Amino acid sequence: MNFFGYKRADGRAGIRNHVLILPTCACGSESARIVASQVRGAVNIIFNTGCSDVQANTDMSQKILTGFACNPNVFGVVIIGLGCETVPHAKLREKIQSMTAKPVVSFGIQEEGGTLKTIAKAVRAARELVAEAGLQQKELCDISELLLGIECGGSDATSGIASNPAVGSLSDKLVDLGASTLMSESIEWIGGEHVLAKRAASPELHNRIIKICADYETHLKAAGQDCRAGQPTPGNKDGGLSTIDEKSLGCIRKGGTRPIVEVLNQAERPTKRGAIVMDTAGYDISSVTSMVAAGCNAIIFTTGRGTPTGNAIVPVLKVTANAKTFSWMEDNIDVDLSGIIAGELTIADAGDLLLQKIHDVCNGRLTKAEAYGFSDIAVDHFCRFV
Amino acid sequence: MTNAILLDERDNVATCTAPAHTGDTIKILGGNEIVCVEDIPCWHKVALRPIGVGEKIFKYGEIIGEASADIAAGAWVSHENIFSVPRDYVAEFI
Repeated sequence: MNFFGYKRADGRAGIRNHVLILPTCACGSESARIVASQVRGAVNIIFNTGCSDVQANTDMSQKILTGFACNPNVFGVVIIGLGCETVPHAKLREKIQSMTAKPVVSFGIQEEGGTLKTIAKAVRAARELVAEAGLQQKELCDISELLLGIECGGSDATSGIASNPAVGSLSDKLVDLGASTLMSESIEWIGGEHVLAKRAASPELHNRIIKICADYETHLKAAGQDCRAGQPTPGNKDGGLSTIDEKSLGCIRKGGTRPIVEVLNQAERPTKRGAIVMDTAGYDISSVTSMVAAGCNAIIFTTGRGTPTGNAIVPVLKVTANAKTFSWMEDNIDVDLSGIIAGELTIADAGDLLLQKIHDVCNGRLTKAEAYGFSDIAVDHFCRFV
Repeated sequence: MTNAILLDERDNVATCTAPAHTGDTIKILGGNEIVCVEDIPCWHKVALRPIGVGEKIFKYGEIIGEASADIAAGAWVSHENIFSVPRDYVAEFI
């Protein structure tokens, strides 16, 4: 199976050709938004961290910023910084340039003499990049170039019974075709981690999965917190999910059944191909943010309650098996899998349907959230701001 | 008649695919029938047999929690009467 994508200098393939307007910190975010609104073909993210942070938080922010810039769906990057943040624009630009050959330019608001002067320069730079991006031709890429992120959010009992197993079937089909899938949300492995760990390709990876869950609980306990107070969410409970264990046992089914070949730290780029998992929060926006930073081309997102979420540089394809949610929120949900619950669609057939839908997205079909231009982002924190 | 989905033969709960009302007969797909003894919302769980306080709740053939109260057959199983049990991670390492 092939798709038409954008081949990048680092060997990866993109399915979009965005120019990303990237703030270094919160103080550059509004200017970045205005620049993106002025230039067709440019997209921006809002960034709420990047300053007054402990080292672990700074490391996470930097992984997200550099990961977004390096994502193969991005053609080029315009960075907007302030000047006094933890990692200023020139330093971030040099870091990104050491990781990728794509064009990167940067500006600092204090250096330029305020937002209007910065915006003027950044708009001109972005205009040149989108013009150049328009010349890059799509080429035939093997489906093995695809890294698909797998996410769930606003889950109800239909998620674990139907839409997650359907996405699991999609994951198995993609892995069998040589592609890679990435499932995250380690807090939502808790209660099902012993089942997930059985898929590990080695005892080391098995134990790593168990340890991630144990460490997560220990980390929260150190701050006097308990994951069971926030998980399941009130919406999950209304949707029939009573405990974190019940939610997790449904969540992990979206990863399919193939051996797990790699276990990643948050926002880390995979080094292997196949079924991969990553340690992230269960907070869907944060988890998607980390998977995009890891280089995912597309995200498939199951929901029961319904959600509008989208990402600036990576298409998010949303699916539900809850018939009422699909009809009620059809403007936000891409695929209706309620036929599984009605007994009219098998899990395997649903997997085939999703493969076709993802293939279309790879070839350029916009998802609903993408057409609306949604740009959700949440950067995980280890510690309070300082 | 309301349908409910049984995911594993070890399970003592099934998931209702429509709202069930007191006195309704719930048809368990792939199993038997049970009479509903209280109103149960759509996608929520019905107890398939009496579950005593402290007993484990099974769904997907796995433990999803423990009963914090006695639950009658045909009753609503929710976060109000079951809770998550701490994991024994040490025992899971190989």
